[in-house]
Amino acid sequence: MSFLSLTSIKKSFGPVQVVHDFNMNIEKGEFVSFLGPSGCGKTTVLRMIAGFETPTSGKIVINGKDQNALKPNQRNIGMVFQAYALFPNMNVHDNVAFGLKVAGTDKSEIDARVKQMLGLIKLEHLADRFPYQLSGGQQQRVALARAIAVKPQVLLLDEPLSALDAKIRVSLREEIRQIQQQLGITTVFVTHDQEEALSISDRIVVMNAGRADQIGTPFEIYNTPSTRFVASFVGTLSIIEGKVADPAAGAVTIGNQQIALKDPISGMKGGDSISLALRPEAGSIAEGAKGDTALAGEVVSTSFLGSVIRTRLRVGGDVISFDMFNNPGVAPPVSGDNVTLRFAAKDLLVIRE
Amino acid sequence: MKKIWSWGALVFGLLYFTLPLIGMTNFSLKMRRGEYSFDAYQKVFADPRFQETFTYSVMQALFTIIFGVLLVVPTAYWVRLKLPRLRPVIEFITLLPLVIPAIVIVFGYIRLYNTSSWLPLTGSLTGTNILLMFGYATLALPYMYRAVDTGLRTIDVATLTEAAQSLGAGWATILAKIILPNVLVAVLSGAFLTFAIVIGEFTMAALLNRPAFGPYMQLLGANRAYEPAALAVIAFGITWGCLGLIQLVSRFQKSAPPKA
Repeated sequence: MSFLSLTSIKKSFGPVQVVHDFNMNIEKGEFVSFLGPSGCGKTTVLRMIAGFETPTSGKIVINGKDQNALKPNQRNIGMVFQAYALFPNMNVHDNVAFGLKVAGTDKSEIDARVKQMLGLIKLEHLADRFPYQLSGGQQQRVALARAIAVKPQVLLLDEPLSALDAKIRVSLREEIRQIQQQLGITTVFVTHDQEEALSISDRIVVMNAGRADQIGTPFEIYNTPSTRFVASFVGTLSIIEGKVADPAAGAVTIGNQQIALKDPISGMKGGDSISLALRPEAGSIAEGAKGDTALAGEVVSTSFLGSVIRTRLRVGGDVISFDMFNNPGVAPPVSGDNVTLRFAAKDLLVIRE
Repeated sequence: MKKIWSWGALVFGLLYFTLPLIGMTNFSLKMRRGEYSFDAYQKVFADPRFQETFTYSVMQALFTIIFGVLLVVPTAYWVRLKLPRLRPVIEFITLLPLVIPAIVIVFGYIRLYNTSSWLPLTGSLTGTNILLMFGYATLALPYMYRAVDTGLRTIDVATLTEAAQSLGAGWATILAKIILPNVLVAVLSGAFLTFAIVIGEFTMAALLNRPAFGPYMQLLGANRAYEPAALAVIAFGITWGCLGLIQLVSRFQKSAPPKA
């Protein structure tokens, strides 16, 4: 049986249903990210696990115990908020010690635990500082230490990195993952940043309009998106619209060009519309580029991104993006150039709604 | 030219407010013929009724502040957290004591809580003292509520509450350990205003026949010459002292952590 299980969770605010029949099982020690755009219901699900929102229907079970009837302060769930939420009237030590004091822990035990937690986040030297004397990154690390000091059964992270600058975000997310693995704590992480979710999760739940569109490992989510939404939200997949020419041969017509997919197309007949997706890193226009499939097109634009150059190519009615490594010896294509994009047929994904 | 008019208006305003005070202070020091002395102040301080009424009013002020804090802080917190739509209604209710005269409120109290009512508070001294304290709390409500509400506005009440809840805290712990300490400066501002109101209040104490400082000032003013002036200066000193303390704690607030 799973450690945390969400069964048929629904949530409505008045007439608006924000979560539709959400089901999820999370194993002990697993790091699961809820990924989706604003308003997709990911934070609402997290808040229902924490007990701050009550499900309209459905069941939340943690470690075999039904949580629905429990108040937030009875659930033993640690939570880290986007806005840090450190208590302004307490210094770092007292913030981390708060949950332990509430639980009636001995003073000596509290001091030892606080020291251990501050050691974990490498902020022992700032124990006497007040929140307003800390940077955003330091405040969020203290918030993390405070949340895990009480040894919660589940740790919830509600977009904890969103208010931080890019560099701190990357280092802190690695720190969070390292601490989570070290303590083996079951963690649910809410984010709208796909890179964050892909880099630190065991599994990702991609949410769209209150539903879980796809649940899978980062590798699965990135490489085999199951819906058009997942394909467009995770990574920078180019969607190519075509017509099935010969389903048995996997032949598809794109504009006036024909290509062959790796496998026959099941459930479709000749003339049906088909959506295909291609990752930017899958194609190349370099001379001698490998790939059993080719599409000719016209360069629309190029963007210099540092280590890579992203080129947008018009093929038929669609625009396909592809990346090439920056090579100072090779000039990037310019707008209006006619080029041939080569890629492997296996990299072309069929998107089913 | 514009500057001269500005300075002129300022000087006129200062003289308009300070001359009577200077005159009153000057008069209060002239009890001994031909020389300045503190005789009037000595007489006031030596008067056992001064000590009795002042102590009584200070005690009333302290109880009023405690009651006001216990009533207003949880109310303002709950309204901000759970009933934000009710805020205009609560604000309107807290403003009522400013538009309903104290005499109307106290007559209402006397009619409601007289010896033949179901709750005969005026039937005993303790009951009347409690009734007077409730009256003072009502008069101070607009100031106390606004001060606390302004304090709550400077912190992220909802997130701090949820953070404390997720750490196992119940409502009482959240209010006592998180909310109150973070609005303490605002509460102190409201408390000093309450103190000043209670010390100077006349109508309620007189009509409930309690030995408060306000009725004592009126009584002294009706029967003596120099002592009332000395008493007025003392009362001004107390009020200004309270205002000074508000300024002091406000300055303290600037160096304190402003937000979650």
